[in-house]
Amino acid sequence: MSGVDLLGVSKQYGKTKVIDGLSLHVQPHEFIVFLGPSGCGKSTLLRMIAGLETVDGGEIRIGGERVDHLPPGQRGVALVFQQYALYPHMTIRQNMAFGLENIGTAPDEIARRVDAAAESLEISALLDRKPGQLSGGQRQRVAIGRAIVKNPKVFLFDEPLSNLDAALRVRTRVELAQLHRRVASTMIFVTHDQVEAMTLADRIVVMNGGKVEQIGTPLEIYNRPATAFVAAFVGSPTINLLPVSVEAGVQGFARAKLSDGAAVETQVPMSQALQGEGVRLGARPEAIGISEADGSGLKGTAEVVERLGDRTSVHVRIGIGEMVVAEDSGTSRVRAGDVVTLTIDGSRTHLFDPSGQGYHSVVSDD
Amino acid sequence: MTDAAVPGQSQAAAVWRRPRGWSNYVFVAPYLVAYVLLLVLPLFAGLALSLFKADLFGVERFVGLANFGRLFGDQLFLGTVLNTLYFVLLTVPALTISGLALALALNRQTRLAAVMRAIFFCSTVLSVTVVTLIWRMVLIPDGGMVATGLEAIGQAPIPFLNDTRLVMPAIALTTIWWCIGLPMVLFLAALQQVPRDLYEAAALDGAGWFKTLWRITLPSISRTFILVLIIEIILQFQLFGQPQLMTLGGPNNASRPIVLFIYETGFRRWDLGYAAAASQILFAMILVAAAAQYWVTRRKEGL
Repeated sequence: MSGVDLLGVSKQYGKTKVIDGLSLHVQPHEFIVFLGPSGCGKSTLLRMIAGLETVDGGEIRIGGERVDHLPPGQRGVALVFQQYALYPHMTIRQNMAFGLENIGTAPDEIARRVDAAAESLEISALLDRKPGQLSGGQRQRVAIGRAIVKNPKVFLFDEPLSNLDAALRVRTRVELAQLHRRVASTMIFVTHDQVEAMTLADRIVVMNGGKVEQIGTPLEIYNRPATAFVAAFVGSPTINLLPVSVEAGVQGFARAKLSDGAAVETQVPMSQALQGEGVRLGARPEAIGISEADGSGLKGTAEVVERLGDRTSVHVRIGIGEMVVAEDSGTSRVRAGDVVTLTIDGSRTHLFDPSGQGYHSVVSDD
Repeated sequence: MTDAAVPGQSQAAAVWRRPRGWSNYVFVAPYLVAYVLLLVLPLFAGLALSLFKADLFGVERFVGLANFGRLFGDQLFLGTVLNTLYFVLLTVPALTISGLALALALNRQTRLAAVMRAIFFCSTVLSVTVVTLIWRMVLIPDGGMVATGLEAIGQAPIPFLNDTRLVMPAIALTTIWWCIGLPMVLFLAALQQVPRDLYEAAALDGAGWFKTLWRITLPSISRTFILVLIIEIILQFQLFGQPQLMTLGGPNNASRPIVLFIYETGFRRWDLGYAAAASQILFAMILVAAAAQYWVTRRKEGL
């Protein structure tokens, strides 16, 4: 079993640095997801590990062996492309066998591996067809099969689910998780879809602008976002970020005050960095309760009510003019236009200093 | 289902039906007229002409297949058929393979490659007059470029255009130099259509340069390969300008192609019916060669 080590890796196109001195240690058999918006460098990083992009600085090691000077075929990696990249003129069997032929695997061994992979992916019946005769989902399976037969040290996935329809995406996601349990390989998966990241990853690497914003387990990322960017990128609906000023509150915790004077008692320990301008209070919709009764809390008007069945998202315009999304039960009786009161659970709040650095409530650990 | 019962539907059907009337033909008429007048009619007129004894002043009398009979006994004509086939064999494979090789070498995003692409294409835009003039200056034994070079190393000059064995290869070389641009551009266009993904997948599959060329690149551009072969067969069967300007078919008819024969028969000797018959034979040869090429390649590809 082989891990992957990135040591101060960087990449630039002309003067633009797309990856800037990035280091990461991926454990053997770990499922790592690179998550970030388009253009954040996550695909470039994956392609550098694959050997499809040159490395301008730093080192890449797979299983302890330095590989960044090796051609792609000699790194022991297999890549599943976003557009599948199946060879259109070859049959499915030939597609899957091509890589093994090139390293001189015996024909009976190739046949055995292709048949086994085809069976596990339920594509045995397709082996004599050509890619053009297959549906998108079937092609995706073939692309995964082509990777499996090589028995690689590391599987690389470049947004492999983005071309599938919603139902197939969920199914393939589950199958990838099962595949990961079955094989010994390390997996690195690139996506901009937070649900894929949250459901598949052992650890998520959240990237933005060529830099790592945070590396952590899905729940760490969700509950203790290192930066305001991570907080806003992960979670749906998006976390509410409100401009506040902070003062010392009870028991050494920070008290966040909105510009209209309304205050939220957080359970974030008071810190020097939180004083001054540009501090934001973060609260996910599920940390904000909503009631029609007059009570203490933020007053506002419900403008949009989204009923999702199991829960209801209510978009509320509060006193300072900001829109806040609160979560209510599926049977919520709030209607658009209602005046409501929001109560923010201080134990589930975050504060972000002017640089975006996150500070978390002491009890909000997972 | 009656109109009265579903008025909305019958109305919709009427809207659908209307464009199927004669008005459709109005739109294709200009093209059809030009096509019939300029292509179909001349084709049949030529076919008809080949069955008559005719000169530039008009048709004399119907002779049936006599013109064709004469052709098959005409040693001069049969010689031009062999010359043309020989020329096609010399040029078409060479043009296709060197066009592909150039395209493979120049299919990159560097400035040098762009300049080289322009240079290799530039001969194509020259007229046949200029091309043959240039190559005469290269090939003539008296002070030509090759002769000067040979002289420098103490060799006797070679009279390429006056040697019955060398004249066709010399004209073929001239033609390849002239025509290399088109196959190269067609192959370049095809190569740029091959998704980069495929090469990356092949690199990850550990395929080397040759394996990638043989298993990925060539199969991906097979359609263009067929296209280039057929285009070049059609073009090179119609060899005319180069021998007309360089050798006048000589020496001893060794460089006389079919089209030159047709030209001389029709427009020098005014034997139009006979020339038309020779044209039909050329037409049939091109048709058969192109069709055979297409058929063979398609079968091999299993497409």
